[in-house]
Amino acid sequence: MTEANVTHGAGPGDRPDGLQGVVADFASDQRAFKNVHWGKAMMWIFLLSDTFIFSTFLVSYMTVRMSTVVEWPIPSDVFALHMFGADIPLILIAIMTFILITSSGTMALAVNFGYRQNRKVTTLLLIITALLGASFVGMQVFEWSKLIHEGVRPWGNPFGAPQFGATFFMITGFHGLHVSVGVLFLFIVARKVWRGDYDVGRRGFFTSRKGTYDIVESMGLYWHFVDLVWVFIFAFFYLW
Amino acid sequence: MVDITQEKVENVGPAEVPEMELYHAHSWWTKYVFCQDAKVIAIQYGGTAVAIGMVGLILSWVMRLQLGFPETFSFISPEAYLQFVTMHGMIMVIYLLTALFLGGFGNYLIPLMVGARDMVFPYVNMLSYWIYLLAVLILVASFFVPGGPSGAGWTLYPPQAILSGTPGSGAGIVLMLISLAFFIVGFTMGGLNYVVTILQARTRGMTLMRMPLTIWGIFTATVLALLAFPALFVSAIMMTLDSVLGTSFFMPAIVEFGEQLAYGGGSPVLFQHLFWFFGHPEVYIVALPAFGVVSDLLSVHARRHIFGYRMMVWAIVGIGALSFVVWAHHMYVSGMNPYFGFFFATTTLIIAVPTALKVYNWTLTLWRGDIHLTLPMLFSIAFIITFVNGGITGLFLGNVVVDVPLSDTMFVVAHFHMVMGVAPILVVFGAIYHWFPLMSGRMLNNAMGQFHFWVTFLGAYLIYFPMHYLGFVGVPRRYWEIGETSFITTPIESLNAFITVAALIVGFAQLVFIYNIIVSVFKGEPAERNPWKATSLEWQTETVPPGHGNFGEEAPVVYRWAYSFSVPGAVDDYIPQNVHPDDVKKIAAAEGD
Repeated sequence: MTEANVTHGAGPGDRPDGLQGVVADFASDQRAFKNVHWGKAMMWIFLLSDTFIFSTFLVSYMTVRMSTVVEWPIPSDVFALHMFGADIPLILIAIMTFILITSSGTMALAVNFGYRQNRKVTTLLLIITALLGASFVGMQVFEWSKLIHEGVRPWGNPFGAPQFGATFFMITGFHGLHVSVGVLFLFIVARKVWRGDYDVGRRGFFTSRKGTYDIVESMGLYWHFVDLVWVFIFAFFYLW
Repeated sequence: MVDITQEKVENVGPAEVPEMELYHAHSWWTKYVFCQDAKVIAIQYGGTAVAIGMVGLILSWVMRLQLGFPETFSFISPEAYLQFVTMHGMIMVIYLLTALFLGGFGNYLIPLMVGARDMVFPYVNMLSYWIYLLAVLILVASFFVPGGPSGAGWTLYPPQAILSGTPGSGAGIVLMLISLAFFIVGFTMGGLNYVVTILQARTRGMTLMRMPLTIWGIFTATVLALLAFPALFVSAIMMTLDSVLGTSFFMPAIVEFGEQLAYGGGSPVLFQHLFWFFGHPEVYIVALPAFGVVSDLLSVHARRHIFGYRMMVWAIVGIGALSFVVWAHHMYVSGMNPYFGFFFATTTLIIAVPTALKVYNWTLTLWRGDIHLTLPMLFSIAFIITFVNGGITGLFLGNVVVDVPLSDTMFVVAHFHMVMGVAPILVVFGAIYHWFPLMSGRMLNNAMGQFHFWVTFLGAYLIYFPMHYLGFVGVPRRYWEIGETSFITTPIESLNAFITVAALIVGFAQLVFIYNIIVSVFKGEPAERNPWKATSLEWQTETVPPGHGNFGEEAPVVYRWAYSFSVPGAVDDYIPQNVHPDDVKKIAAAEGD
């Protein structure tokens, strides 16, 4: 995209000021968002929709936590890990969160090197991001199996309200699914970047415009979103 | 009129949207079955929606037979009746109307009307249809599982939906919920396409404020759907878990047949909130495309520009935004905090403002227009009348004190059928009569169409007007049989029988319509190009029906809005959007004197 495309058809003098100008810009010729490629626009709108899904999950969690008559388990006890001869509360979750936030950092770097069309570094950073994501999912598996071992089930648990297990498995499961899908696609995109598909404009599944690494940017949006959701899940489940 | 002055020559900017790389079909399979062309996907969507809609129609006949002539039909047991009610509602609202307006008309009209060659993600668009078909098949499968389909009412309220007293509480409800989840996944794929295509892939000169109102309606409805369906998706997941794994999201401690169940601590009202957070926007997901389409039909067939285009756009957007803050008006009797009712009654009545604006504008579009009483016009006028009727009964139900005694009576049934059943379906018919020549290259038979229109329009009133009265008398809805009570008198029973007869006749008229479509596809009178002399881009294609890639070598360039009808000084009474201002044939100045 060249700079000339940023102008909106009519000369700048024709554009009204203030709120009407905002409307005129948004409603202008051909594209509402200038220099935003289709994949990116689609990803933003999808994430908006997905935000509603996770919001609904979390609102439902808060509602059942209030509606249940049984005492809610104490998170710092349930999620404690016995290490070095002591129960350390939330240690696993702290590590998981740290890893996921770190992966957001490497993803941001990957997007940056994608803008510069640096094939090798982009691939490397995408793979690091995917591995960090995979280790997050691995730790989640560990956490799940530990809880299942201790008798936590979707329909009940020894610590208190049965809704604890239900909401925990459902919401972290849904988030874990998002991370897993993200990891899978990170690997696919990394492979395509490595092979140079985006440099030659190769056709096929999950491509982008020739000569751009657009998909890396869309992938980055998704990954940051998944991280952001985790921050909310972390706050509502482990700190409340 | 500010709107008409859009004739002025404007320099159209350079192309910003890259040329689409279309997928060209190589075989019969990729051309007609696994097709990535939005027009074929649209017809697949439409055909599937109409097919499942026929199931919904037949279910309504059976229900009416039971209500009109109780104790006559042995095959309609109370359980079966409840199952028919549930399936009829769900099929009509989601699998017919939502799919037909957005998947059908959306797919066909969006690329054509905004001047794109196809949707921006054709492959995802194709997947959208196949997942929708899967959802429909899962829904149909629930008829054949042990216990039959769910009989919980289309609102599926827990706890009753998954308790064993309700028919279909085993496999039926689970299949229903899974089908809904698939529908939402499939719809999201399509919906992202519609929104991105409209926002980012318009042709040169097509600003948002030059789009036909059809596109505005479909666009806003799609945004609503993308934001409202998540609530249904999540509640479907949670209820499936409640039913299958025995979690207690929606299930309170409960005793069934004298036995304490393992459930406890869930919140049934939570489901109602989630359901209606989806359910109310759903009303507008169906209504907004209808609003948009009817605006275009009125304008074309009255040869007059739509009155107050900008106002119409803002009304659509405003109604869409308001529809997210009115959901609990469906829950006045649910036992929620009464102050909630006050808030939601207020927001509900505020929606009447933009809606009334639209009705006035439609009427003013007709005012002093050159009205052609073609079938699309007849259906459009019928829509306005029906919609006003439904809107007026909405005032009764929107107010808490009036709603409480009317809750769960036939009045509610009459109201929502009038406003979100009959009214949008009239637009669907009008739209089919209007766009059938474009889609098939042939006209529909007018005589059969007239029969279809008058029977459907008058018949709908014969069905639903008396039903309001039944509701006032206190006849409850969802009752298999009313039996002997002090307020159900013989006239009430005769009225019920009368409604049933009317419903069967209207149902028959729909068969005539389907027959008309099938015959006309093959033997209809060939349509001339642009038979209604419309201005919007879908009629300006090189071939009719439009071929792969929609437009010829050059994508159209748009110079004006879609409503340049009867422009003073022009020879023709319409100027298509893509005719250059210099090419408009003008009446010579001398003749004007």
